[in-house]
Amino acid sequence: MALTLCKRIMVLGLTIVSLVLLTQNVSHAEYGDVVMNKYSDDSGIRPVVFPHWFHRIRFRCKVCHADLGFKFKAGGNDINMLKIIDGEYCGACHNGDIAWSVENCDLCHSAKPKTPTQVHESTLQKLIRPAGAPK
Amino acid sequence: MVRSKFLASLIFSLVIIALSVAWMPVPDASAADPNTFNRLMKPPSKRNPPPTQDGIHDPGSIGTQGLQTPREAFKPLPQGQSGNYVDWVKAFDAKKIQPRFDSKDPKAKPVIMDLTIVRQVKGSMPDVIFPHKQHTEWLDCSNCHPVPFVPQKGANQMSMASIMLGESCGVCHGKVAFPVADCRRCHTEAKGKATKTSAKAAAKPAVSKKK
Repeated sequence: MALTLCKRIMVLGLTIVSLVLLTQNVSHAEYGDVVMNKYSDDSGIRPVVFPHWFHRIRFRCKVCHADLGFKFKAGGNDINMLKIIDGEYCGACHNGDIAWSVENCDLCHSAKPKTPTQVHESTLQKLIRPAGAPK
Repeated sequence: MVRSKFLASLIFSLVIIALSVAWMPVPDASAADPNTFNRLMKPPSKRNPPPTQDGIHDPGSIGTQGLQTPREAFKPLPQGQSGNYVDWVKAFDAKKIQPRFDSKDPKAKPVIMDLTIVRQVKGSMPDVIFPHKQHTEWLDCSNCHPVPFVPQKGANQMSMASIMLGESCGVCHGKVAFPVADCRRCHTEAKGKATKTSAKAAAKPAVSKKK
């Protein structure tokens, strides 16, 4: 009987933990992380998270934004896998030579499904809005 | 018997979870206590979380678990006030990071332009000193000229409102480069000093070459 009580308490604990987890729907991703979801959701794969911080440790802005032609606008670049395997955009480095190759789908396509295209933590995102206001 | 009771209570709690999910209006972390600290602000303890906890990456993906955590990468770098909480310019100057200037050639070097521009601003804020030096270390001229900045004195009107909306400096600052709330990193030239500079600048253009 004591065991059952113990298990009940455990189950109750689990319930509380799951409720707490469910209510924490807040993003804390890194400043400058870009989510790209132009085609991903429609194609049945997770959207892409591009970590600016990781790349700026290794490359100057100019490499991607001048040499490779990435526009300074989340969603402003028409990137798809065909272009990437042909060496455009991400594919200029993600070719198994400078950086790991395209078969590692999960490393880029790692966002929660349905995450919209955005620059995370951008000024406009950080403006404080009333709860429930459109984002 | 014990097992069936356990199962019953498990099912009961699952039903409770399902009901709470169905009845929960908008998830609101502050619902428990309306007067918590940092109600709308991210507290320091929540900065630079690992990808599995950052709310954007899918923690269920194997890829997410393979990614480097920001805290690990930022540990050897000088701390900053905002953004990634890394002072990227200091990190670069101290050679703590050595980002390539060319994707293939690790030895390629940029042409640095050491030219500062003084922008006189309205109100009580100190004037803005724009250093080409730090910008040409990271960027190519074509990244800023002729869009969004016409390379001509007085040709670029801007305001903090437009910057916050992502125009002019706001193309990068407030998204990737240090945020606009770091006011004093741009507004550095005290007003009195700037008046002297501008008196000189009236004869010469307000572009001064620094040695």
